[in-house]
Amino acid sequence: MANVALRNVHKTYPGGVEAIKGINFEVGDGQFCVLVGPSGCGKSTLLRMVAGLETITGGDIDIGGRIVNQIEPADRDIAMVFQNYALYPHMSVYNNMAYGLRNRGMPKPEIDTRVQEAARILEIGPMLDRKPRQLSGGQRQRVAMGRAIVRQPKVFLFDEPLSNLDAKLRIAMRVEIRKLQRRLNTTSIYVTHDQLEAMTLADILVVMNGGQVEQIGNPLDIYQRPATTFVASFIGAPPMNLMPLRSDEIRSQFAGDSRGTSEAGIVGIRPEDFVISSEPIAGGIALGLTVEAIERVGAETFIYGTRQHEVQGVAANPGELPPGEVIVRIPGATAPAIGERIRAIAPRQKLHLFSADGRKRAAIAGACPS
Amino acid sequence: MVEHEGIRRYVAHLILWIGIAIVAFPVYLAFIASTQDNALIANGQMSLLPGGRFLETYYQTIFVGTSGSTREPVGTMLFNSFVMAMLIAVGKIAISIISAYAIVYFRFPFRMAIFWIIFITLMLPVEVRIYPTYKIVADLHLLDSYAGLSLPLIASATATLLFRQFFMTVPDELLEASRIDGAGPFRFFWDTLLPLSRTNMAALFVILFILGWNQYLWPLLITTRDDMQTIVIGIRKMITTTDALTEWPVVMATAVLAMLPPVFVVVVMQKLFVRGLVETEK
Repeated sequence: MANVALRNVHKTYPGGVEAIKGINFEVGDGQFCVLVGPSGCGKSTLLRMVAGLETITGGDIDIGGRIVNQIEPADRDIAMVFQNYALYPHMSVYNNMAYGLRNRGMPKPEIDTRVQEAARILEIGPMLDRKPRQLSGGQRQRVAMGRAIVRQPKVFLFDEPLSNLDAKLRIAMRVEIRKLQRRLNTTSIYVTHDQLEAMTLADILVVMNGGQVEQIGNPLDIYQRPATTFVASFIGAPPMNLMPLRSDEIRSQFAGDSRGTSEAGIVGIRPEDFVISSEPIAGGIALGLTVEAIERVGAETFIYGTRQHEVQGVAANPGELPPGEVIVRIPGATAPAIGERIRAIAPRQKLHLFSADGRKRAAIAGACPS
Repeated sequence: MVEHEGIRRYVAHLILWIGIAIVAFPVYLAFIASTQDNALIANGQMSLLPGGRFLETYYQTIFVGTSGSTREPVGTMLFNSFVMAMLIAVGKIAISIISAYAIVYFRFPFRMAIFWIIFITLMLPVEVRIYPTYKIVADLHLLDSYAGLSLPLIASATATLLFRQFFMTVPDELLEASRIDGAGPFRFFWDTLLPLSRTNMAALFVILFILGWNQYLWPLLITTRDDMQTIVIGIRKMITTTDALTEWPVVMATAVLAMLPPVFVVVVMQKLFVRGLVETEK
């Protein structure tokens, strides 16, 4: 049981590449912290620095009140679950779990008790004598978790542990990891690039980009009040629609309203905040769209529309929408036909305003409560 | 089509049998010769069926030796060859796996330079550096000793390279998991890397044992005493006789005996090797 605190943590590789550019956050005792971001954002590097597998070139990492910068991984009282599980291929499941305890010189009966207990919790009791290659992906995943549990560490570190599993198993294991963490009440740091995993698992969500923290907070807060356009488009699937305010159609709708729009350059609307309606809307935004594509997933339908009078283009970054394209999410399976012209409206309190460079959230009077 | 396939199979098998006959006939002939009377062989009247002197000849070969040029029984030679081949095979594996471990897993000054120096020795087999090697062994008073026979042949670039390539395929996460599990460099080597290298070691052992067993030039140079002769040298010496008839049955029996240990090693290790290949998965 321990807090983990990162204070102004930096990582510069010998070649001069700065992978981590000063990160500060704290994970409270028993909390589940998720680091999320696109590939190459430094989230795995940061986790490996907490584990002690990467050196720290600046700042402090504090686990349970002890600065661990110079301490060997084995002595940091952490346990790590790797993406490819990293089970010892030549050892049985039992020995895989017992190995770390034996190296610490724990008496045999206690090792046995702990391994049996972990096997019971993870339901891998019948597999203790098998070798990792005789197990399925999900079972290997459990063994990797078991190896972490038996240590009874202060902190669990997970490095994309579910990305090698198929979609269905991934959801099942996601829930299991959450339940297990609640039950053991062990502080955890979890790295993923999957925003859905991040949203569902986290007590504290840390959104990273380019070696820096974009936003830290409760997942729902981040979803509802993204601090930057990066966070807005990264968290939530499909991503938030982001449109420049200079566009004539939008500017005219804000024209009668002088409040708080001066510093804003970009407006964002989540796909589910649109309603298809021909009614007039005061203070909000109405967009005229031509339907380009429809995705029906049963309970809801995604409409991909292009805005009229708007230049079409290609997305600047993967995961973002190409300019001029708007996604509308409506409940149910009834949808307009392709090629049809529709009017999508969003009320004022559902709008997100950002500064023109996308780095700052701008105030909007009468919108989301701050 | 089926008919056609059948004919092709017969032809393929026929070719294989011819190949086997070509390879196996001299071996068969050697065995037959070792069971016949020397006078018959010398007269060119040797039959192609086994003669009646099997036990006699082999007893004489192993425990007594020829009456001619080399008076050492082949039993001693077999022992010498076996010790030399074992020392070379085990020594090479031990040295090269340790040096590969150092090169792959440790950061030390001139690491790449050392790697390249090892690599360059590939171009310098024993035959090339024979004079300086002989001088060193002689100065160390290792002539006519097992150390002299095996030591100069132990340092091996090939095996080091092979283990280096293998270690580089071992996922880094295994090392990291070991570090978190509290295993230091020695424990990681002993508990994880060695068991994973088992199949590579078996394959190398087969190759190196045979390499060591077949050494000719080096033992010829540094052994002068009869009781330090290896079997390969022994055969050679038995054939050249100045004042007497070559004892062909004994020579052939020696040849047959010289073949057996490598065959045994191949057969036994091959099983382990193949089983290891099937079992190992990373």
